[in-house]
Amino acid sequence: MSNPQDSAVPPLVEMRSITIQFPGVLALDAVDFSLRAGEVHSLMGENGAGKSTLIKALTGVYAIDSGTIRVGEAEREFSSTADAQAAGISTVYQEVNLCTNLSVGENVMLGHEPRKGGRIDWASAHRAAAEHLLSLGVTIDPKSMLNAHSIAVQQLVAISRAMVLDAKVLILDEPTSSLDRGEVERLFDVIRGLREKGVAILFVSHFLDQVYEIADRVTVLRNGKLVGEYLIAELPRDQLVTKMIGRELDDLSAISRAAEHPVDRSGDPVLRAAGLGKRGFLEPADIDVYPGEVVGIAGLLGSGRTELVRLLYGADKPDAGHIEVGGKPAKITSPRHAIDHRIAFSSEDRRADGIIGDLTVAQNVMLGVQARKGWLHKIPAAEQDSMVGDWIAALDVRPANPNALARNLSGGNQQKLLLARWLATAPQLLILDEPTRGIDVGAKADIQRKVTELSQQGLSVIFISSELEEVLRIAQRVVVLRDRKRIGELESSTTDLDGLVEFIANEGKGTAA
Amino acid sequence: MKSIVTHKVFWPSAALLGLIVINAIARPRFVKITINEGHLYGNLIDILRNSAPLMLVALGMTIVIATRGIDLSVGAIMAVSGAVALQIIAGSDEPNNLGVVAAAVIAALVVSLLLGAWNGFLVSVVGIQPIIATLVLMLAGRGVALLITDGRITTVNSEPFKFLSTGYILLLPFAFLLAMTIVGIVAFVERRSALGVLTEAVGINPEASRLAGVRSRGIVWGAYMLSGVLAGIAGILYSSNISAADANAAGNLIELYAILAVVLGGTSLSGGKFTIAGTVVGVLFIKTLESTMLFLGVKSTQAPVVFALVVVVVVIIQSPRLASWGRNAARSRLSASTTKAPTDAEVAA
Repeated sequence: MSNPQDSAVPPLVEMRSITIQFPGVLALDAVDFSLRAGEVHSLMGENGAGKSTLIKALTGVYAIDSGTIRVGEAEREFSSTADAQAAGISTVYQEVNLCTNLSVGENVMLGHEPRKGGRIDWASAHRAAAEHLLSLGVTIDPKSMLNAHSIAVQQLVAISRAMVLDAKVLILDEPTSSLDRGEVERLFDVIRGLREKGVAILFVSHFLDQVYEIADRVTVLRNGKLVGEYLIAELPRDQLVTKMIGRELDDLSAISRAAEHPVDRSGDPVLRAAGLGKRGFLEPADIDVYPGEVVGIAGLLGSGRTELVRLLYGADKPDAGHIEVGGKPAKITSPRHAIDHRIAFSSEDRRADGIIGDLTVAQNVMLGVQARKGWLHKIPAAEQDSMVGDWIAALDVRPANPNALARNLSGGNQQKLLLARWLATAPQLLILDEPTRGIDVGAKADIQRKVTELSQQGLSVIFISSELEEVLRIAQRVVVLRDRKRIGELESSTTDLDGLVEFIANEGKGTAA
Repeated sequence: MKSIVTHKVFWPSAALLGLIVINAIARPRFVKITINEGHLYGNLIDILRNSAPLMLVALGMTIVIATRGIDLSVGAIMAVSGAVALQIIAGSDEPNNLGVVAAAVIAALVVSLLLGAWNGFLVSVVGIQPIIATLVLMLAGRGVALLITDGRITTVNSEPFKFLSTGYILLLPFAFLLAMTIVGIVAFVERRSALGVLTEAVGINPEASRLAGVRSRGIVWGAYMLSGVLAGIAGILYSSNISAADANAAGNLIELYAILAVVLGGTSLSGGKFTIAGTVVGVLFIKTLESTMLFLGVKSTQAPVVFALVVVVVVIIQSPRLASWGRNAARSRLSASTTKAPTDAEVAA
């Protein structure tokens, strides 16, 4: 780890009391943040702490409501991402946003192609691209198509592109979440090289190990507020975690204690899948869930977590394996079949395939029950009102207005809406794919508490989350996937976070039971 | 009061009313209604009578558009429906027999239902884009109609059949009463059952609806079948009016007028929320506009220009970009006024 710059040097980027207000949510509350040339700075906080909002303020995606942003000598007001890029700020996102149907060279040079006689000089464009790539230690043919390369290489291409734009500030938003260990090392080498050249790097990751490996300095956010800025060398891990989750700690450990209720696995499981798979989608995998049990699914993004539950629910059709519900063979090849077996599924992307944005809160909550009853049997208005009212109260949906349009609710409340939709159908198995992603701390604790409470009452749950702490906290068993393959299963009571991380990293060869 | 102004059907209704007022001022005769030969008589009554076919087609189009679809084949289905009905009546020995006419109408409607089911099959089962799926029948349908009439314009002389479009019941045109009854039944079923909200759910977010367990295939398929049957009834009214099956003229361009009526009524072409009342107003607006142009002596060759102007205005008003410009303008006015606020307060003081 190189020495962080002397504090006397003025920061390259200085954000002062940044406030961003969304309807009903104070996303950022007077947050200060500075970034110095030649440092790797990590932004830490739980989901919903305001990390991504702060990044979006710095990259011009969101307009700030108050505060100042200074880059270099000048104070800036970004009204678009182009403004931010012009100020030398480039971002590489988790999901690479390049043109996969163009060549590597075209992507690197896009918009900056050298010209000769008014035409693009492709020969020298590809040569220039190759040089840029080589400076990052990447030796691939610039004429090859981008989508022929792995996500890791595509990320390096995106970084090369940022260098072509002469970026002084490079923002890496969860760059390692789909990379394997070797690829992460390669990325870190590139990052270290850029640090030597004086680029200011903002590195966002939820992997603590990686933050401790690469970052010089860390800024912690919680609930949209600044907790503080620290040198990583002076901040032990347990203190960092405490600062991130703060006063929620007691609350969450209560959830964890509640989740430790005994599960009776002597009878038939609510659901058992054996060898369930689909070619090119998921290698045959087994999973079973007993009454009142919460089974977590852990793995990196793209490890096959979502694929597994989509096959269980019939959202995608499996081409191998069989499913038993309550000990009897069941055919589940469409969501209707799953619903007939009283299985509910709340998908990962709540906006794209969860809520019906232009319908009201009440209509969204009732949709599952109504679909099950069929269009001829409309639920009487009085019954709808009382059901919707009950669920809004039980899950603390805000605003508690059944006639509000669902799309105007915050992410956390949309998630509660989906939970209400499914709980209203009285399922025996609830499958939740990333129910707490991108929602505020309060809503997150509410959802975790509700899931724990329902499982104590006998509901079976399959729970997917990228946050391993969360999975360990509320699940009794954790099924681990990697590279679209099931690699094993752990009991929460006999493992901890490090154990689980180790298990995921070493493909089940490490602490495997 | 605010809820009335912001109601979807408010602006189309205001436009329709405005049109009638303009006519009434220009030529008071336009709004004059008398009782003649035992039924109401006047321009407005003619408008109601003539609006029946478009009303039915636009009703089906509303439901199809709500599912994120579109049905371009309605005009062709009208032609086929008329051809089937006329061919049966013309081929019978007793064209004035009520039973023969009833059989002809039923046969025509069954054929229309099958054509609608074909569209629905292509869209909901095969997964072809609605505009392409219904284009097939739009182009082929008139050929089928010509095949049925053997390439001729079949004419009949049948009083019961003629009554469908020109008869009167309770002082009002039978065709209009028929159309409004069907509109009422469809609106009642959509809103009193859960069909309406499930249709909107499918139109707004098909994948989320599927995952929520909505039988979206059946809902979409049903919408095209409804559209087919309604176009079939419209085709019978059309051919009844001229006592002939004209495969080329029947329902010519009606798909576009139906889409226009739906959009004018306030249902978005992007699917989801729909308003049947709005469509009814949209149809009446189009028919009143047509009649106005006739009345004021606008040449029929120039009529499309006026329609084009109306469409442009509606599309501009509905565009989300215009709405966001409006919001931005309001916001900048707001921020301008907040900075100026102290001066204003001083002035007021």
